[in-house]
Formats: sequence, C-alpha cells, structure tokens
Amino acid sequence: MAVRVKLVAQAAAVVLVAGLLALLVWKLLHQDENVAGEMRAGKHPSAPTFVLRRLDRQGRLDLASLRGKAVVLNFWASWCDPCKQETPRLEAAWHRWRGRGVVLLGVDVLDFSGDARGFMRRYHVSYPVVHDGGGTTVGPYGLTGYPETFFVDRKGRLVGRHVAGPVKQGELDHNIRLALRS
Amino acid sequence: MRRIAVVIAALAFAAPAAASERHPTLAELEDEVMCPVCKPETIAQSNAPLAQRMKSFIAGRIAAGDTKSQIEDKLVAQFGRSVLASPSRHGFDLLAWLLPLLGVVGGAGVIGLLAWRWSRSRETATAGTPAAVGPPLDPELERKLDDELRRFDD
Repeated sequence: MAVRVKLVAQAAAVVLVAGLLALLVWKLLHQDENVAGEMRAGKHPSAPTFVLRRLDRQGRLDLASLRGKAVVLNFWASWCDPCKQETPRLEAAWHRWRGRGVVLLGVDVLDFSGDARGFMRRYHVSYPVVHDGGGTTVGPYGLTGYPETFFVDRKGRLVGRHVAGPVKQGELDHNIRLALRS
Repeated sequence: MRRIAVVIAALAFAAPAAASERHPTLAELEDEVMCPVCKPETIAQSNAPLAQRMKSFIAGRIAAGDTKSQIEDKLVAQFGRSVLASPSRHGFDLLAWLLPLLGVVGGAGVIGLLAWRWSRSRETATAGTPAAVGPPLDPELERKLDDELRRFDD
C-alpha cells in the first residue's frame, strides 16, 4: 500500500514538473505573438478589438463598431514627449480625411485620464480618444513605446506599415490611402 | 501570561497599521505601487516620466488628506488592479496568498511525517534485535551454552 502511494506521488510530481515545463516552452514560443510581430512577418492580421471608455465624450467605444471605415489607430500618452510633436500632424490629418470614410482614433495608454484630457485641450485634439489606463491593448498590439500608429482597413485588417515613433504626414496619407483601397 | 503577550503583540502591530491607513507616507506608497511602464519595478525604483507623475499624484492626495485606501482606489481606477504591488485578498488573487501558506504547511507536514516514519523505523529495528525477540531458549540448551562459555572463560 505504502509503495503504491509512493508511486502515485512520484507520478504526480513528474506530471506536475512536465506540465510546468510545457507551460514555460509554450510561453517562450508565444511571447512574440502580437499583431506588430505578425506585420513584421508580412502578414495582415485582424486588428485586436477593444471596448474602452471615451475621453472626448461620455460612453464607450467599440473598435468593431468602426468596421466599414478606414481607421488610424494612434497609441499615445500625455507623459510621452514625442506625442506632443506628433499630435498637430494627427489633428491636421483628421481634418483632411474625416469626411472620406476615415476615423482617427487615439488610444491613451497607461495614463491618468485627467492628464490626457488636459493634453487634448492643450493640443486642440478633436478626434475621438479612448482611455486604456490598464494597458489592455499593449500586449495584443505588441506596443513597445509611444507613440505607435496602426492602420486598419474597412474589413478590420491591419494594413500598410506599423509606425513606431512619431508618424510623418506622408506616412499618414500613404497608409490611409492603402486602408481605404483594400 | 501567554494571552497577554498575544494581545500586546496584536496591539503593537495594529496601531502602526491604523496610523499608516489614516496618514500614509509617500515613501511607503512608492514601495507598494507598481510602475505600469516599467514592471516589475515599483515607482520608488523608477525614474520613468509616468512613475514621476504617479509620485506627484500620491503626494498631492496625501496633502489633500486622503487615506491610504482612498489613494490606492484612485490609482486602481486609473490603471487597474495590477498597479498595486501586492495581490488583492479576494477572488482568484487570493490564491497568491494561500498557495505559499499551503506550501509551508504542506512542507512542514511532509517533514513531520518523514521524521515520524524514520523514528518509528528505528524503534522497530531496535525492538527487532535477536536478543529481544523470538522464543526463549530451551533450558537444556541454555545450560550447555553457559557451560561452554564458562569453559571458554577459564
């Protein structure tokens, strides 16, 4: 009886260690699995969806509700210095493209919502902005710094080039055209 | 006597905890709040712009008279539960508190069991020596053995 208990305990220990090892291997293999990584590999994955609280008005915004439009997804934070240089360019692009089936959506990440609202007033942001204080979008989008910009086509797929760092006017226009075309 | 000691110890720990809840210091909260952009560092360990901003937010809330729980609740409302360095004592996070405790209790139990079995096996081995077990010798054989031993001594 004692031998049997010992064997069962040993088998359970081996299974537990094997399970933990398998988990470690799975984690190592999948840690780079995000849309930024897939885009670097030349793929056009679907934009990970989210539902976040709006900062420009009351209520929440579901990314999926923008299906049928080209979406410029800009991840930023009020404490990010390069975001300050970039915002006037985004605002200008919003005014140029807003009547042509394009939505510019700011995602304020890991930030105080009050600070973000102050930033939006200071830089006269008029495009929709949502708040992701907990950083739920960081993992799925593979964000490594701020700002970062993605372009979503009418079918909800990520297209063009993912821009890490302040986006240039030419990059905005080029990728928006791509998103509208596909 | 022991009860008095327990009460004194409980009061000794409870008083600073209550004072910390009512009048938290920036230093203690800095050690208990994670830096969201530089995990696993706390804001005390980080010089990131967000960590600096969080420190100034906490200092402002302390100056405004907020309790420790109120400040933590405000931070959680902005950044989610993961902004606190210690897991909550509710729901799934409770496992983070219980599992180490279970590990210690389980480990102590296993060590106790092994020690008990080891001491028991030693007792059995001692009790099982040939001199102490088995049927008594036949009187005739015992007499012969004594004679042989006496002859050997001579």
